[in-house]
Amino acid sequence: MSRAALLVLADGRFPAGGHAHSGGAEAAVRAGHITDAASLEEFCRGRLHTSGAVAASLAAAAALGVDPGELDLAADARTPSPALRVAARRLGRQLVRAARATWPHRELDALAGRFPKGAHQPVVMGLTARAAGLGPLDAAYCSAYEGVSGPATAVVRLLSLDPFDATGVLARLAPDLDRVARDAVEAGRAAVTEGVDVLPARSAPLLEIGAEAHAAWAVRLFAS
Amino acid sequence: MHLGDHHNTPAVSADAHRPDGTRRALRIGLGGPVGSGKTATVAALCRALREELSLAVVTNDIYTREDAEFLLREAVLPPERISAVETGACPHTAIRDDISANLEAIEDLEEEVGPLDLVLVESGGDNLTATFSKGLVDAQIFVIDVAGGDDIPRKGGPGVSTADLLIVNKTDLAPYVGSDLARMAADAKAQRGELPVVLQSLRSEEGVRDVADWVRARIAAWTA
Ligand SMILES: Nc1nc2c(ncn2[C@@H]2O[C@H](COP(=O)(O)OP(=O)(O)O)[C@@H](O)[C@H]2O)c(=O)[nH]1
Ligand SMILES: [Mg+2]
Repeated sequence: MSRAALLVLADGRFPAGGHAHSGGAEAAVRAGHITDAASLEEFCRGRLHTSGAVAASLAAAAALGVDPGELDLAADARTPSPALRVAARRLGRQLVRAARATWPHRELDALAGRFPKGAHQPVVMGLTARAAGLGPLDAAYCSAYEGVSGPATAVVRLLSLDPFDATGVLARLAPDLDRVARDAVEAGRAAVTEGVDVLPARSAPLLEIGAEAHAAWAVRLFAS
Repeated sequence: MHLGDHHNTPAVSADAHRPDGTRRALRIGLGGPVGSGKTATVAALCRALREELSLAVVTNDIYTREDAEFLLREAVLPPERISAVETGACPHTAIRDDISANLEAIEDLEEEVGPLDLVLVESGGDNLTATFSKGLVDAQIFVIDVAGGDDIPRKGGPGVSTADLLIVNKTDLAPYVGSDLARMAADAKAQRGELPVVLQSLRSEEGVRDVADWVRARIAAWTA
């Protein structure tokens, strides 16, 4: 395992399209659910323990070698909102492109061939971690962290929130991130032996509903 | 470029050839400050070239789809040849630092309406430093106008000094805003050396003629 490779993959500037997505923050700001650093933290904590935990488990399972096709179906089943499925696949397509250029690997080529319009992003994240010589815990961390750093960065733009406050939010979430990542690896290992149905299926209904409303806005800053 | 065979998976970067070995479409980026006339130039180029070339346009807006919608309203191309990329409020990121969404929009256009000869990629108005990645476009046009201040060519910046073509637009307005066209041309020459500059007014008889000729020469060199 290379710690430096983990930094490359986890870097917010890794060119995989994330900058255009708010992780539901734009809809939550409009709905008045995020107004300051404190409410951003609550939003991120909720996201982390629901869709974040699901994404991290999918990533860990993919990194452990669970079939990406089955994981992709499992991700679909855990993502009721069509808008969120579209966003997840679009980001998966962008990540596989960046990953193939960065860590050329047979499994990534095969994945791109099997899903020309993109597999769910966390599944791609798990395979990318494999290609980069990283393990399931790394994949889970990347997925979980991205799930909160995306909204935090977006809210800096949307509310002109002080960037130091937004980074403080992420730092305070660190213990939760550690726990979610560890649990995700456990779930991923269970999926290796028992199949993808044992992966967590937590959801955040407001994120799903917000994503559907957001996708219909005529004017928005972020793609999701 | 479909299922299974990983020798035939979608390209990861801006390869100059299609998977089948033929030369892909020439890609030209148009950047420059808000309101300088990028969309109007794209529209005029489409009208001038659509009979002789297979064309498509990708827009990168700050807010969702303004430019794409203008082009659709003006019916400069059939709707399936116009695609809008969402940029998370940062067009310069989407055209320079994290280009995957644009590459995928181009791939999808090629797949749906191709083979294409030319793809025009417009960047939503951004700042004077925004330039296109070489991984995304083969040539870039920077559009400024006389009303934005006649000292812009003198101040320079990467767009003004390095773009493959500099357009100084809206020359019809020069008398009204007190801009000195001769000085703008001389300053641009000093910044750009041998790189070409076109002064144009889309309100005039000649319109986009010189720029269309420049594009034709580029296409001829690309396909030679
Ligand atoms: N007078 C004049 N107006 C122009 C010219 N070119 C564009 N415009 C107008 O300038 C405004 C901004 O143009 P647009 O293409 O939307 O700018 P963009 O933000 O760079 O895409 C529109 O109202 C155009 O009609 C020109 O050559 N002369
Ligand atoms: Mg425009």
